[in-house]
Amino acid sequence: MNYIFHFGDMWNARGEFVEGALMTLRLSGLAMVASLVIAILGALARTSGPKPLRMLVAAYVEIIRNTPFLVQIFMIFFGLPTVGLRLDANEGALIALILNGSAYTIEIVRAGIENISQGQIEGALALGLHRLQTFRLVVLPQALRIIVPPLGSQFILLMLNSSVCSAISADELTSAALDVQGRTFRAFEAFIVAAAIYFALSLLFSTAFATIERLAFGKRISR
Amino acid sequence: MRSFNAGDVVYLLLAARWTVLLSLIAFAGGGLVGLIIALMRVAQARAARWFAIGFIRVFQGTPLLLQLFLVFFGGDLIGVPLGAWLSVILGLSLNAGAFLGEIWRGSIQAVPNGQIEAARALGLHYGQRMLRVVAPQALRTAIPPTVGFLVNLIKSTSLAAIIGFVELTRAGQQLNNATFRPFLIFGLVASVYFVMCWPLTIAASRLERRLALAYKR
Repeated sequence: MNYIFHFGDMWNARGEFVEGALMTLRLSGLAMVASLVIAILGALARTSGPKPLRMLVAAYVEIIRNTPFLVQIFMIFFGLPTVGLRLDANEGALIALILNGSAYTIEIVRAGIENISQGQIEGALALGLHRLQTFRLVVLPQALRIIVPPLGSQFILLMLNSSVCSAISADELTSAALDVQGRTFRAFEAFIVAAAIYFALSLLFSTAFATIERLAFGKRISR
Repeated sequence: MRSFNAGDVVYLLLAARWTVLLSLIAFAGGGLVGLIIALMRVAQARAARWFAIGFIRVFQGTPLLLQLFLVFFGGDLIGVPLGAWLSVILGLSLNAGAFLGEIWRGSIQAVPNGQIEAARALGLHYGQRMLRVVAPQALRTAIPPTVGFLVNLIKSTSLAAIIGFVELTRAGQQLNNATFRPFLIFGLVASVYFVMCWPLTIAASRLERRLALAYKR
């Protein structure tokens, strides 16, 4: 092996890496929040909505979870403009991340809700709470304990998955690494630096989620 | 630009064979790596355990796409150009190995300790213990999540398209560039993936339910 590593070029390109990482954080952060909101509504529709709506949500979840994210991105980014919806790469990436993340998050939230025994709900109704109160005061606090741990892992997967958005040239971290590699011809170094940043981000996220769990529930529940 | 015709559908289906083949080979490779990682993860030697933990952390904490890039360019770097096909197989196998290793570690550790102690008391050596006592029991809990992971693996093979290997997704891209009918073409591509993945998803959840019932009794 005669290869000599050159990380000087990487240091010179640090601005690009930082900007890419910030865009990765922005894209995945927005997608996390949006998919959580959609997932709560979706899981409610899936568990207690009218039958057609339940089936619609189920179909959505199954279609998204059984097809590759890359194909979903292509469909959105190349497809939507043909029906007159112009979007740039970052917008396409964000929409794809939200649509994809929601499907997985719906399943997590649903599992949490369905885990609450029927007796709890009957008890709440017997106490005179109406449906919304029952959900907010009885179902949700218990469901959260089941939902939060897998939600953390799901969000980390989403952040890592956002690297696939480089396929449509969204300005995130993997695209930044590809740009640096194209300019400096230092492929291995560029991708190692990017991988190290992703690794640091995933450590950051898992620490953050562990802290949230500890603060919210007193102690870590699982893992 | 030309129009989309029946021959294009055949082209997609032929390309889907590569997706199937890639999935099978990566599953075999990942299974091998995963077995080694799982055994190291539960080994007596601390160094083996730490290596396995590090391996799993790194592969689960970085994007698969970058892992594929690193294998692809890493081969060039040590003077062994791998090409798209071999890089993708190697990259997917290492990645799958980390995930399968973690799944199987759980299954191995779910076998009650008394079983292993009894096997040791009977004078079975390591290989016999693992093969005749642990494996048959661990297999029951390992199968549902392994089938579930297979779905992920099939979907992951689509990233080979970015490296430049012509499988199902890449074939879809090529057709889209020629005909520009994105909804039709990527809809078809997605349908082929769905037909491959959905039965496995259903099988995984059925197996899981059956296992949960078995443990309730």
